[in-house]
Amino acid sequence: MRTIRAIAKRELVSYFSSPVAYIFLVIFLLLAGFFTFTAGNFFERGEASLAAFFGWHPWLYLVLVPAVGMRLWAEERRAGTLELLFTMPVAPWEAIIAKFLASWLFLAVALALTFPVVITVNVLGDPDNGVIFAGYLGSLFLAGTYLAVSCMTSAMTRNQVVAFILSVVLCLFLILAGFNPVTDLMVRWASPAAVDTVAAFSVVTHFDNFQRGVIDLRDLAYFLSVIGFALFATGVILRGHRSG
Amino acid sequence: MIQIQNLVKAFGAKRAVDDISFTVERGEVLGFLGPNGAGKSTTMRMITGFMPPSAGRVTVGGHDVVDSPLEVKRLIGYLPENAASYPDMTVEGFLLFAAELRGLDGDARKKALRRVVDLCFLDAVLHQSIDTLSKGYRHRTCLAQALIHDPDVLILDEPTDGLDPNQKFEVRNLIRELGKTKAIVFSTHILEEVDAACTRAIIIDRGRIVANGTPDELGRPLDEVFRRLTLPDTVKK
Repeated sequence: MRTIRAIAKRELVSYFSSPVAYIFLVIFLLLAGFFTFTAGNFFERGEASLAAFFGWHPWLYLVLVPAVGMRLWAEERRAGTLELLFTMPVAPWEAIIAKFLASWLFLAVALALTFPVVITVNVLGDPDNGVIFAGYLGSLFLAGTYLAVSCMTSAMTRNQVVAFILSVVLCLFLILAGFNPVTDLMVRWASPAAVDTVAAFSVVTHFDNFQRGVIDLRDLAYFLSVIGFALFATGVILRGHRSG
Repeated sequence: MIQIQNLVKAFGAKRAVDDISFTVERGEVLGFLGPNGAGKSTTMRMITGFMPPSAGRVTVGGHDVVDSPLEVKRLIGYLPENAASYPDMTVEGFLLFAAELRGLDGDARKKALRRVVDLCFLDAVLHQSIDTLSKGYRHRTCLAQALIHDPDVLILDEPTDGLDPNQKFEVRNLIRELGKTKAIVFSTHILEEVDAACTRAIIIDRGRIVANGTPDELGRPLDEVFRRLTLPDTVKK
């Protein structure tokens, strides 16, 4: 527990001691605002909800979350500090969890800083704040899922750019499997059951429920199992490197 | 303290470490010599539990490194090759982080920091971020990290690499001094360090031990012995 806290603290501090954190926060908030109010037609919708805000998150995170996660292990391997870390009395799973949690916490901070949209929608109308809360929860798990995937691709290489691209591609797949234009296309040549099965692997399918205000255990289980699987794979990959 | 039996590390068909065995007791400073690529770093990575061995056994303080890695890691202080550290941290922050991972806190942590800062002459750069340091300071920062929990076993991969002559002299003295109460393995390809700091030396070449003894037993002059026993890397297959 202590080692997890120590490593997570170091990781968080290192985000904020470089410009990365600030650039990320500014770009994230700008883009979130742009998508909500301009591309999402927040005002023209005439409804008191944050659908225009959350609807874009799978796409917004697609580029931004891998940018946060790409350095997690690639940088440790490039700088040689992986050897330092794994010769300390630290179990590999502790280090993996610690670094994941630190980055997730950072993403949570970024997400929390979008609070002005909640205030805006409450001032303008009378939204269901329960639905908004569910949306935030879903968004947090969505970010965590992308982050775990980035964590895994970051362990694969010492090159952050490669880690970034691999992560974007994998996350894109997680979106497209349940993205309406894609599923509509698939229905033409696959049975509806097959399409549903593929769509069940998509983050969009599960995130949609949260957006509607439904916190379903099955959706939580989906996000947690993708995170768990990706972090487990991170451990396997890191062990593979050390075995030579 | 350290027992190594028939240790092998194979990377594909190449055997980087090929069936080596030796022991190091408390009070010994073992110089680990060999040309570049002889398997020195690979052996040290297996002792410290970073790499699992392909075959053979390493025990440190009675603990097997594969079966109980955390116990072994607690006993060891390790200076990796190239003295890696987190460049965005200050020297103080980095050493406190290392101390925390080593389970030190409160007063013990402050005392440990003070001790290694004095031992490694880091006072002047304590609040500087590591990426602004010269190579010598960076190296000593990483050495300080290895000493922070006052370990019984020290594994130092080229501890004098990149230091100026004064710093080399100080680090050698430090190793000799620490060696009175600890078991130390350090690798080098500078032969004069064997006389300056070691109680015993092992020469390895292409993964095999080709000589093992006190500097006097290996013969004089050392560089001739070294050249006779090892092949230059130009003739390697």
